[in-house]
Amino acid sequence: MTSENIDGGKALIRSLEKEGVEVMFGLPGGAILPVYDPIIDSTIRHILVRHEQGAGHMAQGYAQATGKPGVAMVTSGPAATNIVTPLCDAYLDSIPLVVITGQVPLAAIGTDAFQECDTTGITMGVTKHNFLVKDAQDIPRIVKEAFHIATTGRPGPVLIDLPKDIVDPNSPRSELDWVDDPEMDLPGYKPEKDIDFSGIEKAVELIQTSERPVFYIGGGILKARAAEALRELVEITGIHVVTTLMARGAFPDSHELCLGMPGMHGNYTAVTSMQKSDLLVALGARFDDRVTGKVDGFAPDAKIIHVDIDPAEIGKVRKPDVAINGDCRLVIEAMVDLLRQQDATQTDRSEWKSTISGWQERFPLTYEDSEPGSRLKPQYVLEQLRDLTPEDTIVASGVGQHQMWTSQYWSFDHPYTWINSGGLGTMGFSIPAAIGAKVGNPDRMVWAVDGDGCFQMTAQELVTSTVENIPIKVALLNNSYLGMVRQWQDMFYEERFSEVFLSDDVPNYKAWAESMGCVGIRVDSPEEVPEAIAKANEIEDRSVVIDFRTAPEERVYPMVPAGKDNSSIVVPPSQESQER
Amino acid sequence: MKKTQGNYTILVITVENKFGVLARVSGLFSRRGVNIKSLAVAPTDKAEFSRITVDLDIELEGVSLDQIINQLDKLINVVEIRALDPAESVERELMIVTVEAEASQRDELVDHLDKVGGKVLNIGTESMMLSLVETSSVIDDFESFLSGYGIVELQRTGRVALDSL
Ligand SMILES: Cc1ncc(C[n+]2csc(CCOP(=O)(O)OP(=O)(O)O)c2C)c(N)n1
Ligand SMILES: [Mg+2]
Repeated sequence: MTSENIDGGKALIRSLEKEGVEVMFGLPGGAILPVYDPIIDSTIRHILVRHEQGAGHMAQGYAQATGKPGVAMVTSGPAATNIVTPLCDAYLDSIPLVVITGQVPLAAIGTDAFQECDTTGITMGVTKHNFLVKDAQDIPRIVKEAFHIATTGRPGPVLIDLPKDIVDPNSPRSELDWVDDPEMDLPGYKPEKDIDFSGIEKAVELIQTSERPVFYIGGGILKARAAEALRELVEITGIHVVTTLMARGAFPDSHELCLGMPGMHGNYTAVTSMQKSDLLVALGARFDDRVTGKVDGFAPDAKIIHVDIDPAEIGKVRKPDVAINGDCRLVIEAMVDLLRQQDATQTDRSEWKSTISGWQERFPLTYEDSEPGSRLKPQYVLEQLRDLTPEDTIVASGVGQHQMWTSQYWSFDHPYTWINSGGLGTMGFSIPAAIGAKVGNPDRMVWAVDGDGCFQMTAQELVTSTVENIPIKVALLNNSYLGMVRQWQDMFYEERFSEVFLSDDVPNYKAWAESMGCVGIRVDSPEEVPEAIAKANEIEDRSVVIDFRTAPEERVYPMVPAGKDNSSIVVPPSQESQER
Repeated sequence: MKKTQGNYTILVITVENKFGVLARVSGLFSRRGVNIKSLAVAPTDKAEFSRITVDLDIELEGVSLDQIINQLDKLINVVEIRALDPAESVERELMIVTVEAEASQRDELVDHLDKVGGKVLNIGTESMMLSLVETSSVIDDFESFLSGYGIVELQRTGRVALDSL
């Protein structure tokens, strides 16, 4: 093999191309400059963002919607710190990302050089792994390792910190012999697990004999591309399913066995069925405190089967009766095989089924229609949006009340159509995430559902959407408040509202949207809602922002108050007198 | 003060011998508010790997040891990790110590040192430097005995351990 001498910057871009990277999100600066030069000649599309946080969230949205790793590249110092939030977000939601940061030259590291920060130190706790590259020759191998680590096992973000002198063609340190297929050197990384079949037998036996079982589905099902396998498992067992905030769409909401979202703002039936179950089959779920409520009081009669790719999740919160460490899809397929062989008669669960349908009848999601002349009901807006957009629409949400209402009122019938910040709860997530999702799915309609507080954190990325021609649609549920915090003050702080009012009239969202090259629409009354949505749906050449003026006093129901167990679920006033 | 015996956990971690690895390992303890009592790190018979021996107080308030082990195992640079059962392992620690010792006190001191198998490394006009390789509990005892003389400077390595045969 003839050896080829190239510089580190070119080697980086070529390594990314070899990994199949089609698009990356970023913003250049001093330390990363040498890597931006070869981008001009690369097949990779680079999307120039307006803030590095946007680059990270776009890469996340892209990864969540496509299943491919998201790639972002930024410079050193303030750019690296700007992307820490998306790294942490991706870490908590197990999203495969590869983030490349510039760094000051090797000799300047540790001298408080201009725009130096300890990027690998800062991001150690929020990445699956990070690398500080000290030798240009290592670049091809490290890029390969980074993608391997980000996408295998439990996925997550990986950061590569690149000192300037190893990528700068003017520096002798940047020279390397290009290696086409470097060998990875990861002796401590073993993502493949041998599945324990005795665990699967035990699990199947518990499933067959349980009287009140519930499948508790987490985001791991989506990561494992296991939605189809899950559907088979559900259909041969006839067991009801709850899908957590991270798993919405992993099992179709329209299916008769789907109970929807559990948790702090889950619907009554999803929450209560888990609480009263005698068996919870947790598949790729991590017993998050927003799902369990007070752990001591969580599902007290339930045996637990816990399937997860990450051994550190098993038993972290609740000790399982059967633990299976492995890829969810493989485990589910093995369960299905075994169930088919057994052909055993199932336990009679007719009583449990009628209990569940009783809850569904008495405690549906509900809200009161708005009074004429008063502000819109956010739930109504979401119902309209759900009904008037294509079935495979991708929805990205921000964080707050609007997020919970979207998860509740949307009907997710396809995997990878719901994108949100679950673990970190990052305000400002939706617009950049929606842009990333649209980049990965140019033919699908992508809506961001945002709050007014969130919008003001990352709206500038709509400029990116205009300039880069990535048209998305934004449904702004504008209640003039940091609504979720307002709700807590309303319910738990005696309506003492502290620092939650944003403004009724500034900014002018319509004008702001227009100034960013988008179409801006303001909607005040319910009759205008369908019309505005239809208009937005028709606009394909630019982004659209609809400022829906929603009611500030509206609360998200049901709600399990923080620190309480799930049997303390608070239902809307109209359901308070219902028999529990 | 005599420390209680057997009240500890030893973790043995094989890691890649690279920069930053110790920070990743120790960072995981610090993030959880777990104090490391002692830590020994050195390359193994294979230069590309190091062996870290971590000595932890057993009372990890509200923190599960299994979970710490699982999370450490997730670190990409950690090749192998396990907890050693003190009853099933042989452990040693090295202490070097400088104690105040007038000429008149030295015989008695050396007598005691011989009994525990220690060595005299260096002799000054008013002090002596001693070393002792023993189990940590024997070293604890000897250290408290020496404190009667006056300890000038002391360094212990922390436990290192191997499985019993
Ligand atoms: C970056 C960040 N800061 C603060 C919070 C705390 N927080 C959670 S929801 C929320 C209010 C969000 O307001 P808005 O975007 O208007 O949504 P709403 O709840 O009104 O629908 C706040 C401040 C957060 N999640 N993220
Ligand atoms: Mg708001």
